[in-house]
Amino acid sequence: MALLQIAEPGMSAAPHQHKLAVGIDLGTTNSLVATVRSGMSTVLHDEHGHALLPSVVHYQTGGMVEVGYQAQAQQSEDPQNTIISAKRFMGRGVKDIPDLSHMPYRFIDAPGMVQIETRAGVKSPVEISSEILKVLKNRAEKALGGELIGAVITVPAYFDDAQRQATKDAAKLAGLTVLRLLNEPTAAAVAYGLDNGSEGVYVIYDLGGGTFDISILRLSKGVFEVLATNGDSALGGDDFDQRIFCWVLEQARPAPLNAVDTRLLLTKAREAKEWLTDHAEAQITSVLSSGEVVNVTLTGNKFAELTQHLVAKTITPTRKAMRDADLALEDIKGVVMVGGATRMPQIRLAVAEYFKQEPLTNLDPDKVVALGAAIQANVLAGNRSDDDLLLLDVIPLSLGLETMGGLVEKIIPRNSTLPVARAQDFTTFKDGQTAISIHVVQGERELVSDCRSLARFELRGIPPMAAGAARIRVTFQVDADGLLSVSAREQTSGVETSIVVKPSYGLSEDEIFNMLQASFSSAEADKKTRALGEARVDAERLLEAISAALEKDGDTLLTADERAAIERQMQALRSLAQGNDSHAIHKATEDLNHGTETFAARRMDASISKSFAGKNLNTLEI
Amino acid sequence: MQDSRSNHFELFNLPTQFAIDLNTLDQHYKELQSEVHPDRFAAAPASERLRSMQLATEANEAYRVLKNPTARARYLLHINGVDTQEESNTAMPAEFLMLQMEWREAIEEASAERDITALETLLRKTQLETKSLQQDLHAHLDENNQLMQAAEAMRKLSFIDKVRGDIQQAIAKLED
Repeated sequence: MALLQIAEPGMSAAPHQHKLAVGIDLGTTNSLVATVRSGMSTVLHDEHGHALLPSVVHYQTGGMVEVGYQAQAQQSEDPQNTIISAKRFMGRGVKDIPDLSHMPYRFIDAPGMVQIETRAGVKSPVEISSEILKVLKNRAEKALGGELIGAVITVPAYFDDAQRQATKDAAKLAGLTVLRLLNEPTAAAVAYGLDNGSEGVYVIYDLGGGTFDISILRLSKGVFEVLATNGDSALGGDDFDQRIFCWVLEQARPAPLNAVDTRLLLTKAREAKEWLTDHAEAQITSVLSSGEVVNVTLTGNKFAELTQHLVAKTITPTRKAMRDADLALEDIKGVVMVGGATRMPQIRLAVAEYFKQEPLTNLDPDKVVALGAAIQANVLAGNRSDDDLLLLDVIPLSLGLETMGGLVEKIIPRNSTLPVARAQDFTTFKDGQTAISIHVVQGERELVSDCRSLARFELRGIPPMAAGAARIRVTFQVDADGLLSVSAREQTSGVETSIVVKPSYGLSEDEIFNMLQASFSSAEADKKTRALGEARVDAERLLEAISAALEKDGDTLLTADERAAIERQMQALRSLAQGNDSHAIHKATEDLNHGTETFAARRMDASISKSFAGKNLNTLEI
Repeated sequence: MQDSRSNHFELFNLPTQFAIDLNTLDQHYKELQSEVHPDRFAAAPASERLRSMQLATEANEAYRVLKNPTARARYLLHINGVDTQEESNTAMPAEFLMLQMEWREAIEEASAERDITALETLLRKTQLETKSLQQDLHAHLDENNQLMQAAEAMRKLSFIDKVRGDIQQAIAKLED
């Protein structure tokens, strides 16, 4: 594909001032890392020149972990300890995963998210994914010659809160600062749109290894506005492999397979699928561990027939997204194909048929997501000063609360633009009721049992009143990463509770911190030094930012008392930062952050007033 | 959340009235988001990130309300201190209720016969009715200051929105 050229008029010429930030496409089958260098988004290669890192993690005997091609080479030999497609398990329980019995792993049904028993112990999909992210982080730091300030990690647009939270946890565990979770189709649109200077409404059809997304975006003057998104977070190229695999078993009827043979035949199935992209038929030949020989021929037509229902499963969400966006087919200027699985001819055919136009396949479907993520990472890191790029994304699935009778009351409808907040009032149903239990769910169905349960929490201490007298306001806030926090407040008494929604498996900050610390094999003293270093850097950054803000707006926006209070907090932080107590520095940094919230709010409000003042009011029509 | 502007219209520098120019709304919304969106503050201190999220949330909410004529009318009545009584006041003129019943029956009939074309025709009929109610709202709210009449037109509009939603759902069901 053509390289992406992005003018960076405001970028400093001094290389040390360019902040190192990357975009990471954490895929089901392959992962990539990209960055913007000299104004161009480029994928970073490993020392062998590979751009793709197979998303495969092998736990070796002796405690070493292999990732990528070496790990992939082990998947037939050591299937139980070689985890592929871990992304399919992120934020998922055993009951959510189809075809579980076809997989060679020893699953453990843990609350909230499935775990896998390996020779290196029980591993969660979060830990497995973090191994992949660590390798990409190292690759980037080696290639760029410095520490990263942060990364944009892409997620399927249709990922729910649990899956997003799991991805963010995996990044933290890999020691990455997450600048933003970015939806994969949106990332692709950024790379595609900027490259082609496109304006108008575009559809991104993204069929990856394990997930399917459809996003409809309006592109205009650097604004990428998602109008609607839909998809299936358990549908991808893997399922097409699975169909071939099952067909081979039906044809060849071998004796029951062991884990090694299963993996072998699945690999052969994948190779046949790829072969059929450019050929009319594929030969599938294998010698099983029993000595039995499997030899069958699969034609392209037969393959299309076997996978017809899978292709159809992508068109239904496509229809729904079109409906939600309230668009007709002729409004669509182009359909961009993303994800390796869109190379399959039957997919391209079905998409062309539905949209009545040839899909755009002129970019590398494997790389475009990472390239777009890198562009956004560059913007978020502050390397691009011309603010002509703005992404307005949406929440893919409605958020709601359980009400009487196991029904869902929707609070935030799907396709609401992020960030979004919405409040809803509830009341008690018994006299003297002093607590209510709040159950947060995500999904489109009416019954709680058909939706994903995100969190349960209780609001206690409601003063006893007659049934229906209490006024409990529950507020949902979804941030730009698509992550939810919920707060509840009883209006008459002011009793309040709030949580950041962590799915039941969710790792707390402390747990992540401990896991991170444990993963450093260095001595205790080293850990402390590192923690202290990080705390000091954070403190310095904040002090610098606030000093600059005070100099600029301190006189106009703060009273003398308010300013003195902030300066006292700054002084306290400065003196603590001289010392060696990382916890105390961290705490004082938090305090200063909190203490300057009002100031920050006033500054930002003032800056908006400036830019909107003096504009003409327009004369208007219906 | 505390509003930084006295109302949604002023946030986008629009006159506080029912008839607004949607292109201007769109343009001002994007200009505002360009300044306050959390992406602009990804590397900023936590206090600024928080404020950015609040302002961007507010801009999204205001945009959502103003973009939709029914929500815009409801909001305009609300800031004029009028309770629109959508839950409590279901009294409607007889002819309007008759029309509602006709439509409901037509939806059921067309669904039973799997007749998408009939549903689409019905959708167009409701669209005409919607347009005419929006003209009424413009007259009541912007020209004659007839708030009670406006509230009734708004309640009718809200009724029709529900019917339209049901027709769209019925079409969706037949299509899938």
